[in-house]
Amino acid sequence: MAENDIKAILLASPFFSDFSQKYLELIAECGHETHFSAGEFLIREGDEANEFFLIREGDVAIESHVLGGVLTVAKSGTDGVVGFSWLFPPYRTAFDARAVTEVSAVKMNAHCLRAKVESDHEFGYLFMKRFAQLTMKRMQSTRRQMLDIYGEHQNGKFA
Amino acid sequence: MTLMQERTVCLERQDVELLFAALKTRGYLLAGPMVRDSAIVYDLLDNVDELPAGWGDEQEAGRYRLKRRDDQALFGYNLGPHSWKKFLTPARQRLWQGIKKTAGGFETVPDSETAPRYAFIGVRACELAAIHVQDRVFMEGTFQDPLYAARRADNFIVAVNCAQAGKTCFCASMNTGPRAGSGFDLALTEILEPGHHYFVVETGSIKGAEVLAALPTRPAGSAALAAAQAATDQALAHMGRSLDTSDIKEMMYRNYTNARWAELEKRCLACGNCTMVCPTCFCSKVEDVTDLTGDHAERWRSWDSCFSLDFSYIHGGCMRQSIRSRYRQWLNHKMATWFDQFATSGCVGCGRCISWCPVGIDLTAEVQAIRDSEKEQDDG
Amino acid sequence: MTLAGQAPHNPMEPRPFRVERVIKELADCFTLVLTPTDGHCAFPFQPGQFNMLYDFGHGEVPVSMSGDPSRPEELVHTIRSVGLVTAAMQKLRPGDVIGVRGPFGSHWPLAQSKGKDILVMAGGLGLAPLRPVIYDLKNHAADYGRLTLLYGTRTPDTLLFADELQSWSEHWATSLTVDSAGPRWGGHVGVVTDLLDGRVHHAANTVAFLCGPEIMMRFCAYALLDRGFLPEQIFVSLELNMKCALGMCGRCQYGPFFICKDGPVFSFAQVARLFRIREM
Repeated sequence: MAENDIKAILLASPFFSDFSQKYLELIAECGHETHFSAGEFLIREGDEANEFFLIREGDVAIESHVLGGVLTVAKSGTDGVVGFSWLFPPYRTAFDARAVTEVSAVKMNAHCLRAKVESDHEFGYLFMKRFAQLTMKRMQSTRRQMLDIYGEHQNGKFA
Repeated sequence: MTLMQERTVCLERQDVELLFAALKTRGYLLAGPMVRDSAIVYDLLDNVDELPAGWGDEQEAGRYRLKRRDDQALFGYNLGPHSWKKFLTPARQRLWQGIKKTAGGFETVPDSETAPRYAFIGVRACELAAIHVQDRVFMEGTFQDPLYAARRADNFIVAVNCAQAGKTCFCASMNTGPRAGSGFDLALTEILEPGHHYFVVETGSIKGAEVLAALPTRPAGSAALAAAQAATDQALAHMGRSLDTSDIKEMMYRNYTNARWAELEKRCLACGNCTMVCPTCFCSKVEDVTDLTGDHAERWRSWDSCFSLDFSYIHGGCMRQSIRSRYRQWLNHKMATWFDQFATSGCVGCGRCISWCPVGIDLTAEVQAIRDSEKEQDDG
Repeated sequence: MTLAGQAPHNPMEPRPFRVERVIKELADCFTLVLTPTDGHCAFPFQPGQFNMLYDFGHGEVPVSMSGDPSRPEELVHTIRSVGLVTAAMQKLRPGDVIGVRGPFGSHWPLAQSKGKDILVMAGGLGLAPLRPVIYDLKNHAADYGRLTLLYGTRTPDTLLFADELQSWSEHWATSLTVDSAGPRWGGHVGVVTDLLDGRVHHAANTVAFLCGPEIMMRFCAYALLDRGFLPEQIFVSLELNMKCALGMCGRCQYGPFFICKDGPVFSFAQVARLFRIREM
């Protein structure tokens, strides 16, 4: 898919919406379009984290599996971002990301983007700020999930 | 006379009952094939008349029919739904009894029934291979199953070399037949010529030679040997199916996430028929029971199947919820992990699973499909 | 790592053992201290192995040894009540008799770890199968390098062997963490891999023993790999449905392995690829 098309997708996405044209071009150089059928994995736990995904359409489940079942810890969907482990060493993915429905996404190459944020620090600052903001929101939600506010056995918690 | 000819003799059809008598005199319980419930099944045998004379079978994926032959061959069929595991590891067997002691505590009493000494009549080459596979499982691992070992301790095997191959047979691919390898006491090849019905008998052990010595036999001449060879060559030439086993273990290990498993899931009912009829499948479950007083307990072992949800139950759920994961467990065990566990394939090429699958899943085709998908990946 | 040889007793039959003491550990967790009744005085085992414990008439469950291997005259098992059999066992009192079959399975590779630093990472009830290692290290301290114990559970009231943890912390670097806690908890709050920072400085000449929920063992293994450990330096203890414990009923198969005889202790090198496959 042409870079111009990727740039157009990025322009339309809320995640990158207030980046300048120049920076959207930089990011678009690292992206290309992908599709996943329902059930396919975007990311597998424990792998080298080489990419992240900007979801255009579809539902993605962030999961961890055990002998006996699969646990979903979060979901992402249209306009969402999937994949954070690529940002910092050791670049190892922490969870599975699986397409629940058919998913169309822009796959962003990690090596490409990491090189760009290192070489252009102003771009890097804006990029990292956007990711940090998303990470902060996710962390707050995750901590609230952890509080297990709906759990029945509350007594031992306050020991 | 060659050594082969010394060990190989001819026995007339009418003298087969003397073989039965000789075995009974030596205290063996005879078990072998007979017609029942529109199939050839294995059960305790009393005399030659019970053998399925003149019967053959017609098998295909998901299909088994008895067929009348135009001769009186005693072993003119291939394989029915039973395998010899029904005698060596009975479908339900008590392991021990426990009795509470009045002073407190309990003691266990192992099952003291003397193990039956079976003489199996009509063991096919693939079945013989399957018995040896199960010997490795139950007797040659870290632990030995004393109940199985007791039944194998003095187990007389009269093997039969196949003169015909069924449409679901692929013993040749698995190097288990059609000629019986070692481990039998006697091996029979049935020869039917116009006006002459006899058996070429090969000795496989001292026990076998001793029984044979009691029977009216004559040395097998070159014509008889040639006829025996021709009979098994015939079976070899008409194998119903084949399985490419090259690199099969590594290939299955590479393909745990192959799309074929999802495709199989659309067909497999997880009924477990394949595991019941397979002569090497050995998985079991254990049940602890008490009587109403609670003073007397027993532990029973019975056949189980990896296709059941209960089989992979752990606290929290079942390890293999989807049918695809259970089929994959079975096929990968049979074709791949068995090598790492027991230094042999788990499959002997008997084809029963193909015939007795109600939806006709053919594991030779499934393995080939996975192999083909790899080739597509490489080419594409 | 597999203990060669077996007890001369028929391995299918449980041996009667007397309950000497019952120790309540947590709300749903208790320890049985057992002694043999059939004349044998001792039950030698290697840390990491397990027994099949039989409650008369109810059934059998696999439970790891959690006692001191240098005191084989007492057999110690820490059990969580999760089902019919373990709930029945929770009602046992001193003097009651249960059946024991074992010891089974592979063990933590202590012999091969002599002279090395040992990192023990435990999660939840996973501390129980590792306690024999800690006892062994205490008994033979001169044979090994440093021990570091990192332990995480859900909440402070679910910390196992809390008193012993206190005394162990006087000998070795011991750090605890919980997923969440009230204000009285003075320790760390977070996942057990958080405790690696600043405490595990190198992978050289170190072996790591991990035991706990499957997910915990996975993310601990990754964290160690990322700190330079090789898969061969990391050991895990796995758990599956077991019935015969003899490698004959087929239920505990995990890929090519029978957990009952090839495991429960494995090197991460052996099982890493299996961990990645769902519904293995």
